[in-house]
Amino acid sequence: MSIDKDTARKVAHLARIRVEDDALPALADEFNTILGFIEELNEVNVDGIEPMTSVTPQRLKRREDVVTEGDQADKILRNAPDAREGFFAVPKVVE
Amino acid sequence: MSDLNKLTIAEARDALKKGDVTSVELTEACIGAIDAAGALNAFVHKTPDIALERAKAADARLKSGEEAPAMCGIPVGIKDLFCTQGVESQAASGILEGFKPEYESTVSQNLIDAGAVMLGKLNMDEFAMGSSNETSVYGNAVNPWKVDDRQLTPGGSSGGSASAVAADLCLAATGTDTGGSIRQPAALTGITGIKPTYGRCSRWGIIAFASSLDQAGPMTKNVRDAAIMLEAMCSHDPKDSTSADIPVPNFEAMLTGDIKGKVIGIPKEYRMDGMPEEVEKLWADGTAMLKDAGARIIDISLPHTKYALPAYYVIAPAEASSNLARYDGVRYGHRASLAKGEGIVDMYEKTRAEGFGHEVQRRVMVGTYVLSAGFYDAYYNRARRVRALIKRDFDEAFDQGVDAILTPATPGPAFGLGEMSEADPVEMYLQDVFTVTVNLAGLPGISVPAGLDKQGLPLGLQLIGRPWEEGDLLNVAYALEGAAGFVSKPEKWW
Repeated sequence: MSIDKDTARKVAHLARIRVEDDALPALADEFNTILGFIEELNEVNVDGIEPMTSVTPQRLKRREDVVTEGDQADKILRNAPDAREGFFAVPKVVE
Repeated sequence: MSDLNKLTIAEARDALKKGDVTSVELTEACIGAIDAAGALNAFVHKTPDIALERAKAADARLKSGEEAPAMCGIPVGIKDLFCTQGVESQAASGILEGFKPEYESTVSQNLIDAGAVMLGKLNMDEFAMGSSNETSVYGNAVNPWKVDDRQLTPGGSSGGSASAVAADLCLAATGTDTGGSIRQPAALTGITGIKPTYGRCSRWGIIAFASSLDQAGPMTKNVRDAAIMLEAMCSHDPKDSTSADIPVPNFEAMLTGDIKGKVIGIPKEYRMDGMPEEVEKLWADGTAMLKDAGARIIDISLPHTKYALPAYYVIAPAEASSNLARYDGVRYGHRASLAKGEGIVDMYEKTRAEGFGHEVQRRVMVGTYVLSAGFYDAYYNRARRVRALIKRDFDEAFDQGVDAILTPATPGPAFGLGEMSEADPVEMYLQDVFTVTVNLAGLPGISVPAGLDKQGLPLGLQLIGRPWEEGDLLNVAYALEGAAGFVSKPEKWW
């Protein structure tokens, strides 16, 4: 599996990271180095082995579906780059 | 008493209880040492006012007659990855520029509750992604150890924590470990660092890198201090669904130094091609020390060891790409300025390109790729299957009666800052070759300084324990520490 410039562009877009066109070939090279390393995993026989989901066998705890720490909109908005009237503000999204 | 910043936690605790010293005096000594150590770039946000306020409160608590916890009045540094209320918590990233959390991480809150004094926030690799502290937005942290003109790395990602403890800027520090980020820097700076079993320390309020691997732990001047501070950091926390609901023992009380009859496994797969002779010798010496102390040494096999790093470099970036999706310029931190006509997708893409450093971008994109349609099974699910096999290797060793496993902590001593800049990323990843298996299997692991190489730089040995048996593991480490007798300190040049 080899990653070309177009795949690198697509991955950068999926990751929502702007990568300029002239940086794509070097990025594709780096991906290929890392994927070459990862491909050693193909040597392992994993037949019948379940993918690990939790490293310690434990059941997730459950709790009542109630508000525990609500009513702190001000605190939640305090670090926002742009907050107005109790909301996060972003550029217009409606086309 | 002079040089109060050089005390261990245990020494300071005993002096505080006797009334020979106050927490304010200890704290002032550390603040002085920090202010004189700008060259190490270990503390990146100093909090002297908070420190002195907490020190005064600790002194009052110590005088009140109540039985104060062991950490009461002890000045410590906190890795920048921990959210600390009202204090910059940036994960050493530009994307969290100016972020001041409205809440406190559970681990740092536990330390506050125990009376510990926060001196400030410590340098690290950006989002804990790195093994040399060279990916930090604050610039490199520097190792206090030096043998020539070169500035050396303190390791990473908890490089600032390691540098600060080794240089006596604080009595101890918090670290986090996703693939070796406590144990590798501890080894490279001649200090002790333990990553507990996954689930021992709450991850709540620790900026997430790879949630199935991340664990917090203490970085300290010796094993006793690691036991004391680990106990204070651990707790069951309903806010972290993977936090273990089991009692936290008194780890310090388990330090007897008696390891007669303990079975120590030596895994043959950790003898790597091209391993420096000194590392091999250190490992053999450590094995002999444990044997002399009465342990039984057996050879074991962990056959999937060589696949741990490739599996890690699928699983960790995959989880990171998901965890770091939250940095979108909407809720906190940096937002890129937009040109006329640019919309919300431009905002995301420009914000993340400007805010994330190169290594973080690379890992987020690798993670995105291995999780993308068509590759999920081939990469991500395969890596999770291999992870299950790596854990099974350890389970089988422990089923044979092995109590702890001894390995080198790192492939070599500290290297020069910048020396790896031309290397491909995989070479840097090899720094974690001995530590990463432990995260994949969720086990406790500790790095203990065990000797100096021929240049005079520290080298560490790693002990890996059974799940939830940190007390036993710390006791084996305590015996090893006693036998190795490592007492060297870096000569002050900063």
